[in-house]
Parts: sequence; structure tokens; C-alpha cells
Amino acid sequence: MTDSKYFTTTKKGEIFELKAELNSDKKEKKKEAVKKVIASMTVGKDVSALFPDVVNCMQTDNLELKKLVYLYLMNYAKSQPDMAIMAVNTFVKDCEDPNPLIRALAVRTMGCIRVDKITEYLCEPLRKCLKDEDPYVRKTAAVCVAKLHDINAQLVEDQGFLDTLKDLISDSNPMVVANAVAALSEIAESHPNSNLLDLNPQSINKLLTALNECTEWGQIFILDCLANYTPRDDRESQSICERVTPRLSHANSAVVLSAVKVLMKFMEMLPKDLDYYGTLLKKLAPPLVTLLSAEPELQYVALRNINLIVQKRPEILKHEMKVFFVKYNDPIYVKLEKLDIMIRLASQANIAQVLAELKEYATEVDVDFVRKAVRAIGRCAIKVEQSAERCVSTLLDLIQTKVNYVVQEAIVVIKDIFRKYPNKYESVIATLCENLDSLDEPEARAAMIWIVGEYAERIDNADELLESFLEGFHDESTQVQLQLLTAIVKLFLKKPTETQELVQQVLSLATQDSDNPDLRDRGYIYWRLLSTDPVAAKEVVLAEKPLISEETDLIEPTLLEELICHIGTLASVYHKPPSAFVEGSRGVMHKRLPARTGSGEGTECPDVGNAAGGSAPEAAPSIIPSQGDLLGDLLNLDLAPPTTTGPTPSTSGMQMGGMDLLGGGLESLLFNMVSHPKMGAGFGAAPAVMPASLNAPVGGGLGDLFDLGGGVGMPMGAYIPPKTVWLPAMKAKGLEISGTFARRAGVIQMELVLTNKAMSVMTDFAIQFNRNSFGLAPAGPLQVLTPLGPNQTIEVSLPLSTVGPVMKMDPLNNLQVAVKNNIDVFYFSCQYPISMLFVEDGKMERQVFLATWKDIPNDNESQFQIQDCHLNSEAASNKLQGSNIFTIAKRTVEGQDMLYMSIKLSNGIWVLAELKVQAGNPNYTISLKCRAPEVSQCVFQCYEAVLKN
Amino acid sequence: MIGGLFIYNHKGEVLISRVYRDDIGRNAVDAFRVNVIHARQQVRSPVTNIARTSFFHVKRSNIWLAAVTKQNVNAAMVFEFLYKMCDVMTAYFGKISEENIKNNFVLIYELLDEILDFGYPQNSETGALKTFITQTGIKSQSKEEQSQITSQVTGQIGWRREGIKYRRNELFLDVLESVNLLMSPQGQVLSAHVSGRVVMKSYLSGMPECKFGMNDKIVIDKQGKGGEGATGQSIAIDDCTFHQCVRLSKFDAERSISFIPPDGECELMRYRTTKDIILPFRVIPLVREVGRTKLEVKVVIKSNFKPSLLAQKIEVRIPTPLNTSGVQVICMKGKAKYKASENAIVWKIKRMAGMKESQISAEIELLPTNDKKKWARPPISMNFEVPFAPSGLKVRYLKVFEPKLNYSDHDVIKWVRYIGRSGIYETRC
Repeated sequence: MTDSKYFTTTKKGEIFELKAELNSDKKEKKKEAVKKVIASMTVGKDVSALFPDVVNCMQTDNLELKKLVYLYLMNYAKSQPDMAIMAVNTFVKDCEDPNPLIRALAVRTMGCIRVDKITEYLCEPLRKCLKDEDPYVRKTAAVCVAKLHDINAQLVEDQGFLDTLKDLISDSNPMVVANAVAALSEIAESHPNSNLLDLNPQSINKLLTALNECTEWGQIFILDCLANYTPRDDRESQSICERVTPRLSHANSAVVLSAVKVLMKFMEMLPKDLDYYGTLLKKLAPPLVTLLSAEPELQYVALRNINLIVQKRPEILKHEMKVFFVKYNDPIYVKLEKLDIMIRLASQANIAQVLAELKEYATEVDVDFVRKAVRAIGRCAIKVEQSAERCVSTLLDLIQTKVNYVVQEAIVVIKDIFRKYPNKYESVIATLCENLDSLDEPEARAAMIWIVGEYAERIDNADELLESFLEGFHDESTQVQLQLLTAIVKLFLKKPTETQELVQQVLSLATQDSDNPDLRDRGYIYWRLLSTDPVAAKEVVLAEKPLISEETDLIEPTLLEELICHIGTLASVYHKPPSAFVEGSRGVMHKRLPARTGSGEGTECPDVGNAAGGSAPEAAPSIIPSQGDLLGDLLNLDLAPPTTTGPTPSTSGMQMGGMDLLGGGLESLLFNMVSHPKMGAGFGAAPAVMPASLNAPVGGGLGDLFDLGGGVGMPMGAYIPPKTVWLPAMKAKGLEISGTFARRAGVIQMELVLTNKAMSVMTDFAIQFNRNSFGLAPAGPLQVLTPLGPNQTIEVSLPLSTVGPVMKMDPLNNLQVAVKNNIDVFYFSCQYPISMLFVEDGKMERQVFLATWKDIPNDNESQFQIQDCHLNSEAASNKLQGSNIFTIAKRTVEGQDMLYMSIKLSNGIWVLAELKVQAGNPNYTISLKCRAPEVSQCVFQCYEAVLKN
Repeated sequence: MIGGLFIYNHKGEVLISRVYRDDIGRNAVDAFRVNVIHARQQVRSPVTNIARTSFFHVKRSNIWLAAVTKQNVNAAMVFEFLYKMCDVMTAYFGKISEENIKNNFVLIYELLDEILDFGYPQNSETGALKTFITQTGIKSQSKEEQSQITSQVTGQIGWRREGIKYRRNELFLDVLESVNLLMSPQGQVLSAHVSGRVVMKSYLSGMPECKFGMNDKIVIDKQGKGGEGATGQSIAIDDCTFHQCVRLSKFDAERSISFIPPDGECELMRYRTTKDIILPFRVIPLVREVGRTKLEVKVVIKSNFKPSLLAQKIEVRIPTPLNTSGVQVICMKGKAKYKASENAIVWKIKRMAGMKESQISAEIELLPTNDKKKWARPPISMNFEVPFAPSGLKVRYLKVFEPKLNYSDHDVIKWVRYIGRSGIYETRC
């Protein structure tokens, strides 16, 4: 007799029959019927109608039947809460059963029934079970607390279960400890700030003891919990590491990976010169390699993690290249990951082997894999200079195979090789040109066009080649169109006589027939450049390009650190922080590696960034966001002007005010083009390309509508808000920006602090504002003259003008800013105190004040309270004057000082104020009158800020 | 933690569905079927994220096992658990097939309830599980039995119960190695490693304390100088992992392998070596293209071990191009056949002694094609079995102590066997 027959009952009236059978007197028949019900439930049929009948079978001595009924209950209790109550009695009774297996079963199942009324009844039995004499019951009860917490967190806290759970960490049975740790860790995740786990050296010691004794799964729970602990100093860190290392020989890969996580994290705190540090590094490699002989799915998890480990500590696996060689019958997901790691480990020492392997892979069947292999060859060429020549010849061999996607991929990487080693491998261009017709992917076409344009003078029929692309101009993707435009202009500048017609054709295609603003704008720039000053055009378009650096899409350091803390988990598989794929509050907490703190004196500073960049700076590769971004940069790059001697007007942007199209276009173009990844982080000698003069504000015609105010020579003491972080490094690939605004000697200044938390040098900073309420715009370029090295901080003061384009923002003082550097463009918004717009000549004549006050309708008046201000009227008045709020008159009525004040904003708006100050009363009343009542709220905020600081 | 566990047949029909967490709904069952089992393209990853839900899957024959979660779980643990689940099921009812799963679905639910609580894996040692979850319904247990069960399930030695008795104390040790090779056409070793396992089958009474010794270089060098015993050579083990019964901290400190074994069979240890590997066979390929429609292939294999030993089940697989129209084979030994469906010539030799050489030559006729893509020339692969350990590993001793019962180490009958098999043993041509 087998159970499979239960799956096959599909006749009608089935529910009715089952009902009858469930109510049968014969035990055997009942059991049969429940089995049928469970089978139906499994395949997704709704058998909830049988609820009362199934629950009736619960009262039984037969454990097997009981388990089946419980299974049913867990599934349907939620949909039938009222009837589920019927089961409570049995549960409560079972929790008292002499058989520990039944007690545990009852408490385990009860926790899975998510019905409020039942949870109430659960508390008492659970409390007993947590203190049960049998460890099997206790370990089940420990997990039950987590279940209950998931249903009703408050109840768990109120009932004091958390304390009982904490006590279980000291239980004599290792499995109880492990489950308690698991439950507490889970609960702690949803209370990020609670000190629930309360890890201290004593509790850590208990955990480490239990670690040696519990099941493989328990070891995982404990290790994962240990990884959240931050040891006090390097000694403690070392002693924990010593006790965790034996786990590296466990047969369970998850135990090994969790141990690796703990070690990777705690190692961070060990001084590098310590012998133990070296020993530990050596111990890590063999188990990681062993993971690769596990089943393929685990290999995949391991490889994704090794990818992180190799980025963080390349020294661990640098001699293990061979184990990452792809096997013929590896699943594709393993192959792709291995390939990635191979490139990361490629170095001068092993490049010959790597190349031989990559060449083999490039002839395989799987298209994705082959493409990646070809791309990898290109990456090797860029990474290891000595191998470049062999890489190029390998790529040429591959092009000879004429396999379409291989050819296209090869051309894309050869373009990068040209960029890295200019004037070295141009002899291969002829071979490339032969394959022009087979290119059908935009990326490959764009790359080929770039090559033709760049080396136009060496290709006899460059004009014909480019012309052939031009025929289908409008069917090309933007990428190709832009490239084609640039390439033809380059060609024209190199061979002006023969190609005039061609260049006119492409310019008119780009400017007149295209809907794409980027293309049109670029077309206009070229057009104007060529028509006004061909020499300048040559300097711009044919400028020498900065070199590209090693192209390996490394993970941004702050993210990498976080992911290292998540080794073994899904986050490390996805290479994304948990917040990217986990809903709700769980696991959203960002984890960081601990800083290095020496117990002795004079150790390294505990700066996280420093710890991250720990391996000597020259080894630190620069970071390039991703393939796609990089390509975009590369393609646009050829437009870059020769360093600082750009032909663009350097200071006052006003003269360009009339050239509407050029104005906008140029700016966006300039914005695009200054990005280029640069070589060698930490090499100060690398040429810095400064966009110094590129970002002169381009004032709109609107400027003159507004008062260009700004007096000179003012008393000190204007209120400057403290600096706040506007752009966290997490969001900006390592660039952190904090700042504030100040008005100094009549000049509005944006005071910025730029900190480079990435591992690469940042250069080419530029800033731009979105249109804003008061027309704020940078009055000059962002003066960052030296490249910003890793961990460097620079303070910059950016003078602002108020003649930029205007658009009302909400809130009024909101400012949207774009900052770019060689890596990317970042956006953030900040709010400026409106007080910096108060001009110095804002003191109104008394008479005018009176007239104006009357003139402004009462609807425009708003009243505010300033609380807790302990200045007298005199002091307040002085303080306010420092921020250009001028007291015009003072009146005292019944012990109450009335101060009348005026403010003038940079755009000419007047704000009139009446401040009531009563001696002894810390609360001021302020009335504001203004023709533009929107500003009142902001002005009030300024009052508050100024008076209270 | 694991939010749910589903088992599907090859059509994507659900055979087992157990949900542990509230955040996993019934639609997750369908999401996996639609996006993975019925996906048009071959699955590119064993972890799939569909609408913020992560699915982990493994396949056994044509059965899919999928674990589902919405949290940032320990991914390695989930896969280890799925494998373990397969082991447990196999231990209970044999092969994992649709029929077996349907026949045992009640049992599987019972197991799932026991070994996964709220998504946290619990004791999953079959030895322990079988004491209280059986296919034949639960026997009524006495009170002592009950507490014995619970203490075993949660105890320090969760893999062995007390009170085991055998009339004859006996143990079998199998050293099973798989030797992997990737060789260039010129005979250069690109990569070679042995991954080995020591499998122990023990029938011992009581709670025997065992100590296992092998010719580990580190141990031999430590004791070495006395010149006593160490007649053979020692081997350098790159890395090894142990069954959970082995005391890891003791191994870490003293490099001694001591344990109380589970009753019956267990995989005591896994190891990996890369140095001084004895490659049992060498394959020398020679492929010549004669014009566009003909290939000449000659392959020589040489056996490289003691002439007194015999290799078995030798199979050489020579890939042929897809456009092969006919093949003529001549071989000196064994049988060779062209298998069109597998695109390969398969050459089988039943037995071959050490230090011998054999050769096969074939002429392959090709159909002319206009396919530009070159034939990828997959490597020539080999299968075989040899009665020694290619890593050079030797078992030096396995001592058994059971102080409470009156049998000594000498009374235990011990058997040791070495089997070396080919893993991925390939030579590029």
C-alpha cells in the first residue's frame, strides 16, 4: 500500500466524501482521509471547508495522525480563526504531556498558527516549555519565541520572553544555545538599536564553547552571530580568531563560509606586522579552494564570495589561479564566475597561463561565456602591460574565426587597448576594417567608428568607410550616431579637402533631422566651432586623450566592506546590500567592518577608509563604475579640450547669454566630456586635467530683471549654519560632500568639504545648480586644483551669484546641485538659510518703512513665535544686524519692547518685521510683512536660527 | 531564514509544499514554476530573485527542490540543507523520484517538520531521526526510550545512540579518490588534483573512541626523525574537511583525527592534494586534418603504475565534429565504437596492467559544410578505476577504544580498501 494514490482522487463530490470519512469511527479510515486532505492541500486545492472535521481528529494518541492534523491546522488556521480556537485545548493539554516529543510538537505547531486568540493561550505553555527539563523541548521553545515575536512583538516583550531567551544562551545543552542564538539574532534584526544580544566577552566565550559541541547548523547560527560582534581590541580579536579557525575544516561549506566571514571581519583589527596575521592569511586559502570541489550550486555561492574576498584581500588567493580554470562540464553559472575571478587574479606572473586558457574558452559554445572570455582577453591586455602584445595577437586570431559575436566583442576590446596603448598596435586596423560589414551590434559599430575616426589619417578610405555608415544614420542607435558625428568631424579636421561634403552632410543630419537633443547639441557645437575658429576646433576635437586605467569593475569600497560582513548570505551572492532586496526593516541595518584599534600605542588611525585601503596604495586599483558607464565615457571622451587652455570663454558667462542654443548645449556637452578614468590611484604624478574654466555660469537673460545687489564692507558675525552632510559617500561612489552657506563681505559663498572615501583619485570636479527660487548660481568654477587622493579631504569655497535662472522651488530655499568628477555625476539637494540673501543695504528709511508697512495688505502679514530665547532686545538687535537684519526703530510699550526691522533680499524683495520682546519672557512674537508672503516662513526660520546661535 | 520548501516533478507540478514563514504565499509556488522550471532559457543561476523573493534550487534526476525566502539568509546554509534533505530522503526511501516522493509524502512532511523549524535547520542526522520517525508508524516508546531519543537529538553526540551491540566488532575503511587532470596537447599538466574521501563503515558496540592516522606529511615530519615506521612516503594534504563527529579543535591543535563514529556508514573525511600525484594514465593525442572533409585521429594511452596492478573499466572518449559522416576505427585492445548520438568515438578496455601502452587510430569522414564556425575540439576524456590511491595516501592505523565494554583494539576486524577513479581526466587535442 503506498501513499501516492491520494494524489489521484479528482472526482466530483470529493469534499463531501472526505467529510464522511473524516467522521468515520474507524481510526484507519480517518487517517486515510486526513492523508487525502493533505495531498489535496499540497497540490493547491482548497480543502478549508473540512476544517471542523479535521480538527475533530486531533484528539488522538496516534502521533502520525496528530502530526497530519497539525500540518493542516498550520495551513488553514488563519483563514478560519474562530474555529482554530477549537484546537487550543488540545495544544494546551499536549504541552503537559509526559512525552517530550509531544510537548515539543505542540509548542512548535502552536507557534506556527498565526491567530491572535491562539497566541494569547500560547504564552503560558511557552513559558513552561522554555524551562522544561528536556532539552529537546527547550530548543523547540526557543525558536517558538521568534515565531511569536513575528506575530506579536509587543506581547513577547511584555511577557518577558526575551529575558528567558537570553538566559538560554547559558544553557547546558549546545543545541538549545544555538537555537536561542538564532532566535535572538532574528529578533535583534528588527530592533536595530536594542542591545538584545548584548555581546560581551563573557557571552562570546559561552558561544565559542557551544560552537565546539553543537550540530553543523547550530555552528552556523553561532558563527553568524559572532560576526556581528566587534571585539574591544586586537588581542580579543586574535583569541576569537584562534578559536574559530578549526571550523575551516568542517565538511559543511556553510560552516566554513561563516567562519571565513568572522575571520575576514576580525582580521581587520589585527596589526599587519603581527605573525598571527600572516598565519591567518595562509590558513584561509585552502578551505576556500576546497569549496570549489563542492556541488555546483555551492560552488556558485563560494565563487561569488571569493570574488568579494579577492577584491578585499587579493593576497589570499594570488597563487591559486589554476583552481579557477574552467572545466568543460562546469555549469554555465560556475564558468562565468570563475572567469571573473581569473581576471581579478591575473598578474604578470601568471598571465601566460591565463591567456592560454582564455583562448580555449573563446572557442566554446555558450555565447555569453565566449563573449566574456574575449572581453577578458582585452582586460588582461590593459591590466598587464607586458601581455598586451600577445593579447592583441590572440584577439586577431579570434577575429579570423569570423564568428560574428566573437569579432564584435574583439573589436570593442581592441578599441580599449588602443586607448591604453596609443600608437602601438595600429597595424591591426586593416584586419579590423575587413570585418566592418559583419558588425551589427551598436557597441561594436560605435567602437569601430571610433577607431576609424581616431586613425583617419592612416586609413586611406576612411571617408568611404564612414560614408557607408552614414547612409542609415537615422536607423542607428544614439551611441553610434554620436560616435559617427565625432568621427566624421575628426576626419574633416585631418583631411579637410576631401571631406567637406561629408561633414556638412553629417552636421545637417545631426542638427536638422534628429530629435535627439544630445545629438543636436553636439552637432551645433561642432558646427559653430568649425565655422568660427577651425584652429580651436582642432584643439578641442583632436586633443590628446588621457590614458584609461585598468578596467575591472570593482565594487565600490564602502559596499565591499558591507558585503564582506555578509559573507555566505544572499547579499554576497547578489553583490547587493540586503536593503536592496529585503522588504521591511529586517536586515536593512548597514554593517561595517571594524576599525583597526591597537591595544598598544601609536598604531594606525582607526579610520575605516584607511583600513580599507590598507594594502599599500600602489596596489589599489582605481575604480570604474561599470562596463556601460565606462564605455559612455570613452565614447564621449574624444571631445575633451586640451586641459586648462580650453577655448571656451573663461570667466564671465554673461557674454554668452544671447546664444541660447549654444549656451545650453555647450554646458551639457562640457558636462559630459570631462570624465575620464585615470591611471594609478596614488600616483601623484598622473597629469591632472582640470575643468577649471569650463563651468563658468551661463547666465540666462533673466539675470538683469533682478537686483544685482551686494554691498561691500559689512560687520562680521553673520550667522553660518553648521556644516551638514549633503551627499553621503555611499550614494556617490565614495565622494562625500558636506557643506554650508555663508555670506562674507557681501559675497554669498557655498562652503564645501569634499572627502574622497573611494580608493581612486578623483579629479575634474565641476558643479552646477538647477534653477532655483533666487537664481543662485556658481560665480566661478569649483576650484579643486589638485586631484583628490583616497582619504583626502579638501575644503572649497564657491562664490555664488544670484543672477542665475529662476524657478520657484518647494521649499523655497531648496537648492538642487549636481557635482561631477571623473567617476560620475551626482545629484543632491540642500537648503540654504535665506539669511545669506539678505543684502547689506537693507536698512529702510523710517518714513518709507511706515508707508510700506501700511501699504502691504494685512493678508500678507504672518505671525510667528520664537520660544526660549533669552536675549534682551538690545542684544537681539545687534545679533540680527550681523545677518543684515536692520533695526529701524524701537518702541517700549508696557514693558514690552517693539523692534521694527527691515530686510532686503538679493532679488529686491523687502521684508518688514515687528519683533515683540518682553523682559523676562523668553518667548518672542514676530510679525512679518512682505509683498511676497511665501518668503515669510523662511525668514522666520532665519530669525530663529540667528537668535538662538 | 528559509521561508518555504517546495518539491516539484519535471512538469512543474508540486509534490510537496511546506511553508514556514508568513511572508511566503502560495503564489511563490507558481512563480518558481513559471520563471524557472518552465523558463524558456536554460537556468543561468541556482539562485533566482523573482519579485523580491529569492529561490534556491537543486535538481535530483528530474525532481526540483526549491527553498524560498524573502530575507537575507545564509545562502551556503540553504544549499547545504537542500543537499542534506536529499540525503535524508535517500536514506529513508532510496532514489529521489516522483513515485517515491508521492509514496512517502506523509513521511516527508513529518521529516520537514522535524528538521526545519521556522526555517532554521535542526538535527538532520538520519541516525538520530530514524529513532523516532519511521515509515511504519510510531511504535509506542517507553519513557526511558523517549528521553533517550531527545537527549540524542539534542546532545553532543547527536549522530550516535547509546547501547549499540554487535557480536562481531568490525569496520571497513574505503579510501576513494578521484583524480582530475587537464593536460595540454603537448603533454604539459595544466592542472591536476586529487579529491579524496575516507568512507568508514563501522559496526562497533558501545560508544567507541576512534583515532585515525595516515601518512600526512605534517604528522610524519613531526614524529619523523626516529626513523621508525615511516617506511612509505608521506603526502602533503592541501586541505581537508571532516565529518561533524571529528573533534576539529583537536585536529587544529595536534593534527590528530579523533572521533566517536556514527553507527553504519559515514564520510569521515574529505581531502585534496595537488602535489606528487600519480597520474595513472597518460593520453597522447594526434589529430590531423586531411583536406576539408577528413580527419585522422591517433590516440595512445600509457598506463603508469606498478605492472602487478590492474586498472579496470577503462573508457576513452574521443570527440568527433558535428558534421561527421562516417568513422573507421582500428584499435589494438578493447572495443571501439563511433556513437553518432554522442558525437564521440568511445573506446572501452576492460582491464589493463601497469606500464603498458595501447593505441587507437581512426579516420573520420566529414560532410562539407558552409558553417563558418570552427569545430571547438572538446578535450579527450578518460574514465578508469585503479586499486590504489593516486594521491599516495596510506592509512597507517585506526585505533578503537571502548573502555566500558570488554573488547580491545585487537578484537576489531578492520578492512582497508583503496580505489582511485577518474574525475575529470581530460587531455586537450
